[in-house]
Amino acid sequence: MRLVDIAHARSGDKGDRADIGVFARNAGDYAIIRQALTAQRIAAHFQGIASGAVEVWPLDNLWAVKIVLNNALQGNAARSLRSDNLGKCLAAALLRMEIGNPDE
Amino acid sequence: MKKIRIGAGLGFYGDSWAPIATTLARGEVQYIGSDHLAELTLAILHKDRSKDPQAGYTRDLVPMLTALWPAAQARGVKFLLNAGGLNPEGAAAALRAEFAKRGWRAKIATVSGDDVLDRIDQIRGTGATLSHLDNGASIYTVRERLLFANAYLGAQPLVEALGQGADIVLTGRVADAALFLAPLVHEFGWGWSDWDRLAQGITVGHLLECSGQGSGGNFNAYGERGWQTIPDYPHLGFPIAEVSEDGSAVITKAPGSGGRVDFDTLRQQLLYEVHNPHRYFSPDVVLDMGTLRLDDLGHDRVKVTGATGLPRPNALKVVAGYADGWAGSATIGYSWPQAYAKAQTAERIVRQLIAERQLEYEDIHTEFIGLNSLLGPLADTSHAEELNEVYLRMLVRTPDRRLAEAFPRQFPWLALSGPPTASGFSGMDAPRALLGLWPTLVPRDLVEAQVKVSVSAT
Repeated sequence: MRLVDIAHARSGDKGDRADIGVFARNAGDYAIIRQALTAQRIAAHFQGIASGAVEVWPLDNLWAVKIVLNNALQGNAARSLRSDNLGKCLAAALLRMEIGNPDE
Repeated sequence: MKKIRIGAGLGFYGDSWAPIATTLARGEVQYIGSDHLAELTLAILHKDRSKDPQAGYTRDLVPMLTALWPAAQARGVKFLLNAGGLNPEGAAAALRAEFAKRGWRAKIATVSGDDVLDRIDQIRGTGATLSHLDNGASIYTVRERLLFANAYLGAQPLVEALGQGADIVLTGRVADAALFLAPLVHEFGWGWSDWDRLAQGITVGHLLECSGQGSGGNFNAYGERGWQTIPDYPHLGFPIAEVSEDGSAVITKAPGSGGRVDFDTLRQQLLYEVHNPHRYFSPDVVLDMGTLRLDDLGHDRVKVTGATGLPRPNALKVVAGYADGWAGSATIGYSWPQAYAKAQTAERIVRQLIAERQLEYEDIHTEFIGLNSLLGPLADTSHAEELNEVYLRMLVRTPDRRLAEAFPRQFPWLALSGPPTASGFSGMDAPRALLGLWPTLVPRDLVEAQVKVSVSAT
């Protein structure tokens, strides 16, 4: 199963930090994404894009997980050479993450 | 209980104001808050002002208010806009001139004093370091290259302007959400240490400051209630907040407009560009989102309650920008068969040539449009061999403008002398100036002592 099957997400930028909000549709899926989205796994997923520390902030009241990727935007959007200079597609990139199948 | 309705204005410089016309016609609002300044917009305005000292505000201001003012005035709707950019007084002068020409009456206020570029040394003299917020570097490493430096002001001067009867409040850099908090404080008389209500106001502002993103735009969700089910994109309505005196709010949009306001679309906006959600800093209050409740009432209405506010910070955030070299770029396309292989070969040729010609760059960036230009190393390249077409896009970064200019010139000859089916070359434009950002903190009092509010009528 991929994250996109049970969650949705939006990403944004501030300076060299990209941030991604990930949202589950129910409490059960929230438990799954909380377990799956560890700082270590996210850092490995974004290898080659973000080189800094990964912060993970769960929000039980919103069935949401906030992720911050440090050193992720080549300095900032106005210095970056990437087409996706604002990191708008990083949320989509995260939704592709394999998170294992809970039925297995 | 008294209720105030505030509509979202623009979410960035270049956004559409057609949805604001819809809000004015059918949204029953008393205020519009309009955010024209992204982190980097001041760099564009700096460029404008260096060519013309009267410029330096966002150029959408005059046409936008010219289009919207008759409907706004007829309903008594007031505007708060950070469109003043680097020159709120210049913005007000341009607007007054246009209104005078049309015989329109309005009380226009300006809020200035956020610009600290000319006061860097003076501020340093008081003991504030202005060191880089993340890496602690000294501001003197970029001092000579600074293009702008502006503090994020809070809602207080905007409230003062409304108190003086302003119909249109033009600011420079203020916290985006302050554009929405200010009318609430003005109308309800909330205290400046009523942290929980201020936190509700900041939450409302944050939900509205990105225009359509608060009502179903850029809704990155898939499947049953995903982006394809958002109604009527061409007429997507910008979000509207109906706020009660106790701070509780309902987010909605104009009846009959497109888009969707529900638990999911609002959650995406709530956490957008937030880092620690328990410490969301604004100049007026620190918001903890951990206690927020979003209750979906159906029919494009979501109730927002429960924000926790913590005392405001003693320092204001300043974001400065500095010149940080040049980018040169070029793009060239190849068709099937073997489109990707051709584009990869072209890349290798260019890299070899610039090495042989001793063109040295700080960084060389390669993307293949149609394959990995948006997902980068996370793109799935398993079908790359059969792609119909691939564009090679290459960019270089260099401190030397001439080296940036030289880069795209390595490409055109490839059309006749490189791999077959090359087409769609672009890149002979002028190199792009790159910008470094310098986030730092400045003691609040040093900035606030210089903040000026002035109101004049047309």
